[in-house]
Amino acid sequence: MELPDTQWRRVSPKYIVVDLVGTLIFAIIVVAGSSVPAFVTRLPWLWALPAAFAVIFIVTLALVPRRVRSIGYQLRDDDLLFRRGLMFQRFVSVPYGRMQLVDINRGPLDRAVGLSELKFVTAAAATGVTIPGLPEADAEELRDKLVALAESRRGGL
Amino acid sequence: MTSFDRDAKPTTSGRLADGGWHRLHPATPLLKGGIAFVAILGVILVNLRDVVINTVIGGRDEEFDPFVWIIEHDYAALIILAIIGGLLLFIAGFYVSWRMHTFRITDEQVEVRSGILFRTNRRGRLDRIQGINIVRPFLARLFGAAKLEINVAGQDANVQLAYLGSAAADELRREILLLASGTQSEASGDRAESTSGGLIGKRVNELLAPELDRTAVAPESVVQMHLARLIGSILLSGFTVVVIGGIIAAVIVIGRTGEYFFLLGAVPTAIGLFSYYISKFTRSLRYSIAATPDGVRVGFGLLSTSNETLPPGRIHAVLVSQPLLWRPFGWWEIKINRAASSSAQGAAGQAQTTILPVGNLSDVRKVLELVLPGIVDPQSIQLLERGLTSTGGDDGFVNAPRRAAVIRWFSWRRTGFAITPDSVLLRRGAIWRELVVVPQARMQSASLSQGPLLRRLRLASVRLHTVAGPVDARLGAIDETHAVQFFEDIAQAAIRSAGSDTSHRWRSGS
Repeated sequence: MELPDTQWRRVSPKYIVVDLVGTLIFAIIVVAGSSVPAFVTRLPWLWALPAAFAVIFIVTLALVPRRVRSIGYQLRDDDLLFRRGLMFQRFVSVPYGRMQLVDINRGPLDRAVGLSELKFVTAAAATGVTIPGLPEADAEELRDKLVALAESRRGGL
Repeated sequence: MTSFDRDAKPTTSGRLADGGWHRLHPATPLLKGGIAFVAILGVILVNLRDVVINTVIGGRDEEFDPFVWIIEHDYAALIILAIIGGLLLFIAGFYVSWRMHTFRITDEQVEVRSGILFRTNRRGRLDRIQGINIVRPFLARLFGAAKLEINVAGQDANVQLAYLGSAAADELRREILLLASGTQSEASGDRAESTSGGLIGKRVNELLAPELDRTAVAPESVVQMHLARLIGSILLSGFTVVVIGGIIAAVIVIGRTGEYFFLLGAVPTAIGLFSYYISKFTRSLRYSIAATPDGVRVGFGLLSTSNETLPPGRIHAVLVSQPLLWRPFGWWEIKINRAASSSAQGAAGQAQTTILPVGNLSDVRKVLELVLPGIVDPQSIQLLERGLTSTGGDDGFVNAPRRAAVIRWFSWRRTGFAITPDSVLLRRGAIWRELVVVPQARMQSASLSQGPLLRRLRLASVRLHTVAGPVDARLGAIDETHAVQFFEDIAQAAIRSAGSDTSHRWRSGS
């Protein structure tokens, strides 16, 4: 599925590293945690649990680069268009005037490679537009631009 | 002291929205917490009476009794002194807190100050008002008092004025709405004439008076709640199905095991069920809805009443639905999404999002006319009606294709959308029929999504994001190309409608 006439702006390729490392850490914790019962009881068939998790995470990790490349956004005349997802694709359009606030978040991994995550909040909780993997300067520039655009199109709730 | 008392009177006379500071109804402390205090005092007095009777007649029992102990140890004088001291402290505390609780309404905002040690100052902007609710708990009604609640968007962000004089609350609401509406005309206007006949007569009149101020209402738009229909709708709810299922299960269990002690547990359950049904019933009783110049006014309740005005443009989504059991009777229910959450409860004990607990098709039409003032052209009204009762096909809605039957077994014919000049209509469900209407100017954002299953079927799902509430504006399965087109169309429509929307100052015109 693709929207007509869109030139997506993609996020920084460095975000692939952040996502990979983050997923890997999570995978190690989950696999280690799920192998505790097998380790304690010494029942061989219980090893199936961590093995299954390991397979799932290997597939997930293999898809990370493509999934990161699928994230995109575009500043149109009156709204922000956002997309993400490979298997489960999601497109969101948010009019600038609907913006309540913009958050910039930086996790430890993001900071290590100089990236930021930008979160666009409206009065609807379901909007859920979070653009990860923006270089710090870009994120701040984008935030200022969004705030300015929202200010020029302010309306009621 | 006397001068204080004089300016503590404005709740019963004079304009409240004049920009000056005012106090609440003098019975406020009693209504807010004093009742519990009086009850405790009553319990103590009742115990005391027992002791007196016992000592006079004789027959004292061996149980430990604090009063007996006090009397026996000659602490009586001390204790009585302590009680009187505590009482005075309490009364003084209530009095001071009442005196410290003041409010004012200026042209731009409403401001409330309260607190003795921990001061609170809350201001709300008038053009951000999402609704004004007047709640009259039964006890407060006896005192002729009412709670005025000004709802603004956000969690725990309401400005409460509890309590005001009953007539003063109505008058204040009218004035606040007038100020908020953006008119520059004189806000004083003619006030509702008070009914003569002494204090008692006035109270009785207020208690019996209809919930709607008939002078400010176009009477033809009021939906009447029929008693039989209300009882029927409550009995035919999904909850009743669960209850009947439970009874059948209990009968089977008892029949097979022959153990009757299960019936003991049934007694409290039955009492609980009965009170649930009764409270649901009394809450929805005396339901009324009407158009006023400042928005839709919805009233509920028999003993404790609530009466809320929703200014135009404060309704973010509307859901008209019909449970299966209601279908033979042609009954519908209407729920709405709104930005503010009122602390008071509406019909049937839910949060105030049910705007019509039950009604037939003509009632639904009247209510939708009120809550969706933008839908006026005959074509849109026709679409709205088809959205409710049509079984699908070529009826103005863009419906899901036949291949959607894989995931929408019965309802694929009815799963569809339509765009009117200022709203978006989403229709879904064949067994539980639902129609969602979202005013374009209130839409926050829109999303289009597709998972692996939908991709195989070349379908997609769309969702309109509105403020949180019982209405979820989502269509699970429509044709992929239609969905992309719809997504583009509503994105543009939302921007266009939001740009021309002036409802935050609804009378300023445009």
